[in-house]
This record gives sequence, C-alpha cells and structure tokens, in this order.
Amino acid sequence: MSDTHAHDHEHDHDASAAISNRVKALVATLESKGLVTEAEIDATVTSFLTGAQPANGFRAVAHAWTDPGFKTRLLADATTAVGELGIDLSHWAPVKIRAVENTPELHNVIVCTLCSCYPLSLLGPSPTWYKSEAYRSRVVRDPRGVLAEFGVQLPPGKNVRVWDSTSELRYIVVPERPAGTAGLSEAELAALVTTNGLIGTALL
Amino acid sequence: MRFEPGERVRTRVMNPDGHTRIPVYLRGRPGSIVRCAGVFPFSDAVVAGRPVDQALYTVMFSACDLWGADADSSQTLAADLYESYLEKDT
Repeated sequence: MSDTHAHDHEHDHDASAAISNRVKALVATLESKGLVTEAEIDATVTSFLTGAQPANGFRAVAHAWTDPGFKTRLLADATTAVGELGIDLSHWAPVKIRAVENTPELHNVIVCTLCSCYPLSLLGPSPTWYKSEAYRSRVVRDPRGVLAEFGVQLPPGKNVRVWDSTSELRYIVVPERPAGTAGLSEAELAALVTTNGLIGTALL
Repeated sequence: MRFEPGERVRTRVMNPDGHTRIPVYLRGRPGSIVRCAGVFPFSDAVVAGRPVDQALYTVMFSACDLWGADADSSQTLAADLYESYLEKDT
C-alpha cells in the first residue's frame, strides 16, 4: 500500500473536483451548441436557491396549526396544498412532498438511507449530519437512541415511525403545536418551527 | 394498481447489478401497503436506459420484522417501493 495518501479522510475534494470539471465541460458543450446561455443558467440557479428555503416549511406548518382544513389537505397531498401558500413545486416534478403528522401517540422522523433525499424545496439545503452514514444507518435501527442523542426523550408508550425516503417522495414532519401558543399569530407560530422539528429530530 | 391499502406483501430478495431503490435491509421482508403514491418513471429502468413508468407504493414494516423479535415493538418504518420489488405475502 502506498503512503502517498496517508491523510485519514475520504477523498471528497477529488470527487467534487471531478464532478466540477464534468459540469464545466457539459456547460461549455451546451453553450457552444447554442442550447443554453450562462445568463439562463445563472437565472435558473438563483431562482432555485431563493425558492428553496426553510421558511416555506415553517410557514406551511404554522398554517396547518391554525387552519384545520389546510392541515387535512396538507396531510392528504402536500405538493398541492403548499400551492395555496404560493409555494410552487411544479419544477420539482415528478418528486412529490408528503407531510406526516406527529400526535400524542406517534412521533415521526425522516431519513434517506440510500443517499440524502431531503425536502429541499421546503427546508433548503440539508444539515451535514442528515447526510452522514452514522445518522442514515442508525436511525432506521434505533430511532429512540438516535433521537435521545438529539435531546429528544420520547416517553416509553409513544410509537416511533421512521420514513425512509427511498424514491420519489420527500417527507416533512408536522410537529405537534407547542403548548401555550393559543394567542399567537401565524407568523409568531412560524418563528417557533425549526428545521430539526420538521425532520423529526427535535420537539417544539 | 396491483396492490390495495392494507394488503400484506413481501419484498423480493434481489441483487441487481445496476441502480435500484430498494435498500438491502428491506429485501425479503414482510410488510403492508399503506397506499399507492402514484405512477413514476421506474428508477431502475430509467438508469438502465429503458425508461418505463411503474406504480410506487408506501410500505409499512414493523421493527421486529426488520431487526428481529428483540426489536422495539413500538417502532415502525415506512419506505416507498416500486411494484416490481413487491410480491403478495402468502
């Protein structure tokens, strides 16, 4: 075994450089054939990044807490329901969003064991730990133990459900509305929601 | 649609050479259909260059069926699995 790679971390820098070079070559080819312009790519990326924000998810959950009809529609078909809030997910097709509800009897938590599928459109870029092998491999086997490490102590009688995002659906958890928030406005409620709450690794 | 909500199914034991969306830990396991999530381009076939649409089902498993009798019986796990990963549990 050669010692030329004696540093003890994985070679993500090599991998991302290789992908970056491939993307540059692909973009150059598409531009040279007149299929896209750099300005068009920039505009698409900007609209994508400005649209995919955790505020979307926070707003959807706060609205579900205050409007039972919306909550029913969100749980039945989240992709369509968030359209009522002006959140357009059509450019993410065919990927769909499904919202799963925490109740006094059931706690939900999401993961992608195959890679790092995540409801980017509603939560923005995923936390680093969400993509880690440790989280992905352990939460399916021992969700209570992993949640305890996040500071979430579930009572023994509470059921736990893990949603492994293996395919074309992306999940968000609708947390239980915090106690003592009856007088708060929707915007004040949205400010109580956290990214981990919508992944299921925090209680609100 | 081949499967109905509540129907008992078993995931196939399979080890395809190419891309697939069924994790190894979910192969050969009994579960139940929650609902059909719709019809989507079947990932395995798309990656193989032979795109075809297929029904995708949300399937629920008990932790004991995945990890053994000493697993926590209050735990369940759901995953979205294409029709060709599933067969009726007999």
